[in-house]
Amino acid sequence: MQLYLPIAEVSVNIFVLLALGGMVGFLSGMFGVGGGFLITPLLFFIGVPPVVAVATGANQVVASSISGVLAQFRRRAVDLPMGAVLTVGGFAGSGIGGVVFDWMTRAGQIDLFVQLSYVLFLGLVGGMMLTESVRSMLRANRPGVAQVRRSHVHSWVHRMPLKMKFRTSGLYISVIPPVMVGSVVGFLSAIMGVGGGFIMVPAMIYLLGMPTRVVVGTSLFQIIFVTAFTTLMHALNHHSVDMLLALVLIIGGVVGAQFGARVGVRLKAEQLRILLALLVLAVAGKIALDLLIRPGELYSITAAV
Amino acid sequence: MGRLLIVLVLLMAWPVRAEQIVSGLSQSQVAINASFDGTAILIYGAAMRDAPPPSWPLLQVIITVEGPVVPIVVRQKARVAGIWINQGAMAIEGAPSFYAVMSTGALGDILSPEEDRLHRVSIPMEVGTVRMKAGAGTASDYLAAFERIKQASGSYHLAPDSVLLLQQSLFRTEVTLPSNLIEGEYRVRIFLTRGGKVVDLQESRIEVSKTGVERFLFRLAHDQPLVYGLIALLIAGIAGWGASELFRRMRW
Repeated sequence: MQLYLPIAEVSVNIFVLLALGGMVGFLSGMFGVGGGFLITPLLFFIGVPPVVAVATGANQVVASSISGVLAQFRRRAVDLPMGAVLTVGGFAGSGIGGVVFDWMTRAGQIDLFVQLSYVLFLGLVGGMMLTESVRSMLRANRPGVAQVRRSHVHSWVHRMPLKMKFRTSGLYISVIPPVMVGSVVGFLSAIMGVGGGFIMVPAMIYLLGMPTRVVVGTSLFQIIFVTAFTTLMHALNHHSVDMLLALVLIIGGVVGAQFGARVGVRLKAEQLRILLALLVLAVAGKIALDLLIRPGELYSITAAV
Repeated sequence: MGRLLIVLVLLMAWPVRAEQIVSGLSQSQVAINASFDGTAILIYGAAMRDAPPPSWPLLQVIITVEGPVVPIVVRQKARVAGIWINQGAMAIEGAPSFYAVMSTGALGDILSPEEDRLHRVSIPMEVGTVRMKAGAGTASDYLAAFERIKQASGSYHLAPDSVLLLQQSLFRTEVTLPSNLIEGEYRVRIFLTRGGKVVDLQESRIEVSKTGVERFLFRLAHDQPLVYGLIALLIAGIAGWGASELFRRMRW
């Protein structure tokens, strides 16, 4: 059954869209990520114009993050003040990202910019995750060598001004690092149509020193606001949010996410991380290959801006 | 007196149209709704004559369907520092978003180059004013690439021998409008030619517009972008919350 998308102005098979949303939802439920980094490139692939894919991807992430954060709230795993500080940075970054997006579109380099961002950030995060989880798996298999982990490491983060207490995370740190982390993720959200959880989560653990327990919930909480802001910005400036497309993806996504979450709890954390790392690296590798291999058609047609 | 003379001279100079087109379309309005997946339109007609037609050269029919004209940019990729990026660009100020040419034979055989230029029938003639921006390659490379891409995607369509002509008078053809149509007026032109010369020309229009939900959403997105954006977020919120509640109640 075909569905004509009013904003994307293409006709696509509704079952393909549902399957796509469901598949990405399954993975996002399993790994606890928004799935924007998968949905946006997949939308490019089925012929949705990049501008529409990025804007609609952000809208879809709003739904999946809300669905996810409610469960985290029930577990009291959301640090609200930290989420608010990250969101402030996120709005700033998303605003700047929107300006850069427009500028790159006019210069005809937006596709390249989006692709390079994907390769760079997915490659980096995927690589880091893979090495880290393989290492800890090897450690776990070698009993006797106890790992001493200090819960409180003082670093440059603790020497900055504007300190604030974050009770849920048990932190007393400057607001500057979280604002910076938030703005980088907000910037990427506007450019790549992603929530940025795959960057936010490691940044919270390694840069801000937040306890793992509250990381996913707080990340999801602030992603809701940043992607909502991104969605509104794209709707206002480019009229490029396709509600019908978003709705079908969301329906597939929320159902898939619930199944994914149930499979996720049966897998070991380390196995899960390795699988996610491989998935992230596969997406990065695919996009990198597209940039490196000589394309079959050197020319492309775009609407004049 | 003088005015009458002018009218008389004009009347004599007016070419007597020996053959005239009478034609029809199976539909002159195309509604794009949610289940729209392209549509085929039947174009039919006949050559009406006052006198018996000349036996030679034979009558030929060319039918074109042209979508709304839009400005576009053609870009060319080149290898820079190991990766393929857009380098050259050429702006085309007006190119039809859709263009189909159906005829009773190869265009080169049934239409003279002069007439083709005059009426802009074959695809290259329809591309219009071009503006080179930067980069290597000539304008004709870009135009050739533009045509190639449009033909590959089905937006440009050249179909010789796809018009059925009966008894040198009745003709019919079918044009398939693809699913990625844009809204607007589609111009249909029917040419009758003999020996490469156009003997009659008739124009009609097909109106393509979105209806129902498609129209409502498109209009809302453009007229009330803030409201549209907020509704999109509301739907996302309800769907997210609803899914979470539903699956919690199901407890499995």
